[in-house]
Amino acid sequence: MSKTLFDKVWDTHVVRKIEGGPDVLFIDRHLIHEVTSPVAFLGLKSRGIKVLYPERTFATADHNTPTINQHLPVADPLSANQLKALESNSNEYGISHWGLGHQKNGIVHVVGPEYGITQPGATIVCGDSHTSTHGAFGAIAFGIGTSEVEMVLSTQCIMQPKPKKMRINVNGKLGVGVTPKDVALFIISQLTTSGATGYFVEYAGDVFENMTMEGRMTVCNLSIEMGARGGMIAPDETTIEYVKGREFSPKGEAWDKALAYYKTLKTDADAVFDKELTFDGSSIEPMITYGTNPGMGMGISHDIPDAAHAEGGAATYAKSLGYMGFAEGESMIGKKIDFVFVGSCTNGRIEDFRAFTSIVKGRHKADDVTVWLVPGSHIVEAQIKEEGLLDILTEAGFELRQPGCSACLAMNDDKIPAGKYAVSTSNRNFEGRQGPGSRTMLASPLVAAAAAVTGVVTDPRTLIEELV
Amino acid sequence: MAYDKFNILKSTAVPLPIENVDTDQLIPARFLKATERVGFGDNLFRDWRYNPDNTPKKDFVLNNPIYSGKILVGGKNFGSGSSREHAAWSVYDYGFRCVVSSFFADIFRNNCLNIGVLPVQVSPEFSEKIFAAIFADPNTELEVNLPEQTITLLATGEKETFEISPYKKDNMLNGFDDIDYLQSIKPEIEEFALQLPL
Repeated sequence: MSKTLFDKVWDTHVVRKIEGGPDVLFIDRHLIHEVTSPVAFLGLKSRGIKVLYPERTFATADHNTPTINQHLPVADPLSANQLKALESNSNEYGISHWGLGHQKNGIVHVVGPEYGITQPGATIVCGDSHTSTHGAFGAIAFGIGTSEVEMVLSTQCIMQPKPKKMRINVNGKLGVGVTPKDVALFIISQLTTSGATGYFVEYAGDVFENMTMEGRMTVCNLSIEMGARGGMIAPDETTIEYVKGREFSPKGEAWDKALAYYKTLKTDADAVFDKELTFDGSSIEPMITYGTNPGMGMGISHDIPDAAHAEGGAATYAKSLGYMGFAEGESMIGKKIDFVFVGSCTNGRIEDFRAFTSIVKGRHKADDVTVWLVPGSHIVEAQIKEEGLLDILTEAGFELRQPGCSACLAMNDDKIPAGKYAVSTSNRNFEGRQGPGSRTMLASPLVAAAAAVTGVVTDPRTLIEELV
Repeated sequence: MAYDKFNILKSTAVPLPIENVDTDQLIPARFLKATERVGFGDNLFRDWRYNPDNTPKKDFVLNNPIYSGKILVGGKNFGSGSSREHAAWSVYDYGFRCVVSSFFADIFRNNCLNIGVLPVQVSPEFSEKIFAAIFADPNTELEVNLPEQTITLLATGEKETFEISPYKKDNMLNGFDDIDYLQSIKPEIEEFALQLPL
């Protein structure tokens, strides 16, 4: 029978099917961090059970680590306690631990691929909804709750009903200034924040085929923001080139065996999806959000829709615009902003900093804007320096911080103050997400850069000199 | 973690007719720093419930004494966003055993089922009826019958059936969790692992 990419990977990992219930799914690689794992370890302790395969789990601290002065003790006692718990739990159960100060420390969804933990055709989970990032490699990757973290630690399995399948095709040539982030925000704006709930998405079409692995990760990362459990892209030469030779990638004979498996990972020509959507890539503009969920986004040159054209009820829509301090029919262009955040598991990779730098080069940071540039890992941080980007950024009045999740969810000190506006390359613009009372506009690193140098929402295309 | 068995729940309900209630509203990230599962109920809807100076916001439904009960009735797409199980813990620890909505986000629904909160998905029409009934009379009682898979507005007898997989239903009725099951098939898992491609 014809199968989709998703079917192939899923079916390969089903230990058993339960009549009238979920599948027991084997998990190849498990990532943990300090926030969603402590209670799972407590569960293991109270039941007196061990970690079945400690070599399949990797721990990194990222959610509440500081992004300056990482050599100093963590000041917040609650954060320090969580970081310590991750370390002691990892040590007790024999799990690799990349804590604060470790060379491999960084955002879990950035370091996983960098070190080859992420592999095509693998099942990957983490107690974090943006685990969908790893789907860029043709893996089935999704976020789980803490009860499930405990299941994976103790038995390397979770119990999941098989989701429905959706394919999203985007073809055509992307315009100047249009990045993978814009493609993702565009799709979410079309589907709404719940449009893919219950589905696992495969992204197909030349727009994704032409993307780098960094771009594909940005797209798959945001799958959860339209409600999908995850999203994936069939592995190709770009994928194999990326994973080959990385520290935890298979080597020698194991690599040959893995490669043979990777080559099988594509959707059969006549396979059927429960839902299929197609968009024209050339119609996508640089995007920005105006509301309090990622589905409330639009092309940057558009006006904020009126309630009659918005998804959902008028009361919810009014509450959302009220929180943002925006009105129906307004243009976003020219709105004053206070903060810019570039980073997170969505846009904290080298390509994102290259994009940001391409706009700010030869310009200067706007005086009244605070800008936080936070690389996703030490590898990204080193690349920024090696490629000479840091010199350009410094010249333009910017500073680089140290790796971590930072202002994406504001669990550390990087909080946007109440009432302030931030253009953010992260993934969620929920009320208070970046700090109590913060107002977030999600956008690409190019839009973030345009805002950082002008102090207002600006179409980055007006700052790109060589329009093709 | 063990939870109380769920069978038939008869209770008044708290109405929250807002759509897309996300996990950052259910429990803001700054309250996720505990290493034990304690005190999450206090921070349920923290920023909607309290002012920055920690005084209660009078217009938020949890601060309105006329509404109470073990059932929370939310708007469409309830629980979107993060995978934080803390969101479901907050709901449970506050005292809710059941959340009713016309649509649930996937991970939140799963987390609820894993910790003993029953997510009951109803039609948009029935959801409207429930909201109208509670707003008309805050003492309106709902009956959630898990064995029969029905939810009933007791005053009028109007009812709807809801979906739950037989496996999860059995777990909820008995207070079991998946770890008990997975532990019981460990030898099969270990054998399975030997033939994987990666």
